[in-house]
Amino acid sequence: MTTTAPTTAALALGDDALVLSHRLGEWAGHAPVLEEEVALANIALDLLGQARVLLSTAGDEDELAYLREERAFRNLQLVEQPNGDFAHTIARQLYFSTYQHLLYAELAAGEGPFAGLAAKAVKEVAYHRDHAEQWTLRLGDGTEVGHKKMQRACTALWRFTGEMFQPVDGLDVDLAGMETAWLDSVRAVLHRATLTVPEGPRTGAWTAGAGRQGVHTEPFGRMLAEMQHLHRSHPGASW
Amino acid sequence: MVTTTTALEAELLEIAGSVPDPELPVLTLQELGVLRAVHVRGAESVEVELTPTYTGCPAIEAMSLDIEQALHAHGIRDVTVRTVLRPAWSTDDITAEGRRKLREFGIAPPRVREVSGPVPVSLSPTRMLEPLRCPHCGSTDTELLSRFSSTACKALRRCLTCREPFDHFKEL
Repeated sequence: MTTTAPTTAALALGDDALVLSHRLGEWAGHAPVLEEEVALANIALDLLGQARVLLSTAGDEDELAYLREERAFRNLQLVEQPNGDFAHTIARQLYFSTYQHLLYAELAAGEGPFAGLAAKAVKEVAYHRDHAEQWTLRLGDGTEVGHKKMQRACTALWRFTGEMFQPVDGLDVDLAGMETAWLDSVRAVLHRATLTVPEGPRTGAWTAGAGRQGVHTEPFGRMLAEMQHLHRSHPGASW
Repeated sequence: MVTTTTALEAELLEIAGSVPDPELPVLTLQELGVLRAVHVRGAESVEVELTPTYTGCPAIEAMSLDIEQALHAHGIRDVTVRTVLRPAWSTDDITAEGRRKLREFGIAPPRVREVSGPVPVSLSPTRMLEPLRCPHCGSTDTELLSRFSSTACKALRRCLTCREPFDHFKEL
């Protein structure tokens, strides 16, 4: 399948939103408190809405979501990582929302094909980012257990953060500038949360960072199996 | 693009605008500010432009169906509801009457902003025109319980004066 540049970018951004939305949805019935259950579901809903708009510009949204094989997905490996404990989910959310907020702000300021969606979504993502930052502060600068779990999560996911700033066809943004802004912001939040900024590489195809090329980590296949099985088992079914 | 609105379009816009919001039935779509335009495309054929509050708001489908029904009832046979994202909806698009009704319904209305654009909650006090008030007792002494509440557009707060929890329609 050959794709034009805007389609490549629409798949990348749409798959990020779709996959993270599904991961957050997995918290339904399991979140530590009711308010967080509702918060994570609402963030998932915002992301699903963004995914629907983006995937619809690339083709049929249902076919793209439910009938593609793992290798055809273009999402970052970061968003497909399993939820882990609550701190792990928050660290993933902090890294991703900060990136998504910077990206949409830049796209919204331009005149490209994603400007309309980005102008809308940037306002939603501002709340996601704030939610993740507040929880990072609360867990990091909270109890000893919370601090330990938050630190472990931030360190474990660090190696998936370099991939966000790799070039994507059709995405006309200043990636180097965004990466600097991302690092400044995340470092500041971690410092305030009394956490140590992780060391070590933030990318490397042998460890992490080729989701945009269709190479995914092992847990992603299992996630897709769950997400797609109903549609594949009962094609065309509706409520 | 400048288009002139005909008398018929103005009339149909009013009919579509009087449809209640499916999730907050105290508000009409006109008061919520999500109805952008009605264009008459031909005899008995009309196109309606609707903008979502949040990109993923599931109410948009119910809104579309309700608008179609209202216009069908008015004798328009062919109704197309088109979703437009640009310019993005903002809580500033909720009318003054809409805000009053929200407050009466027990939901703290969104505050009108001096500066448009995204406002992270933690930065909000310096950029807001007015303090947030409890819709029950009017106290400004309230605290945030959760940034996300029963729907994506609301936050959950508690009044420290009357102790009642309440929803706050977040500024967007």
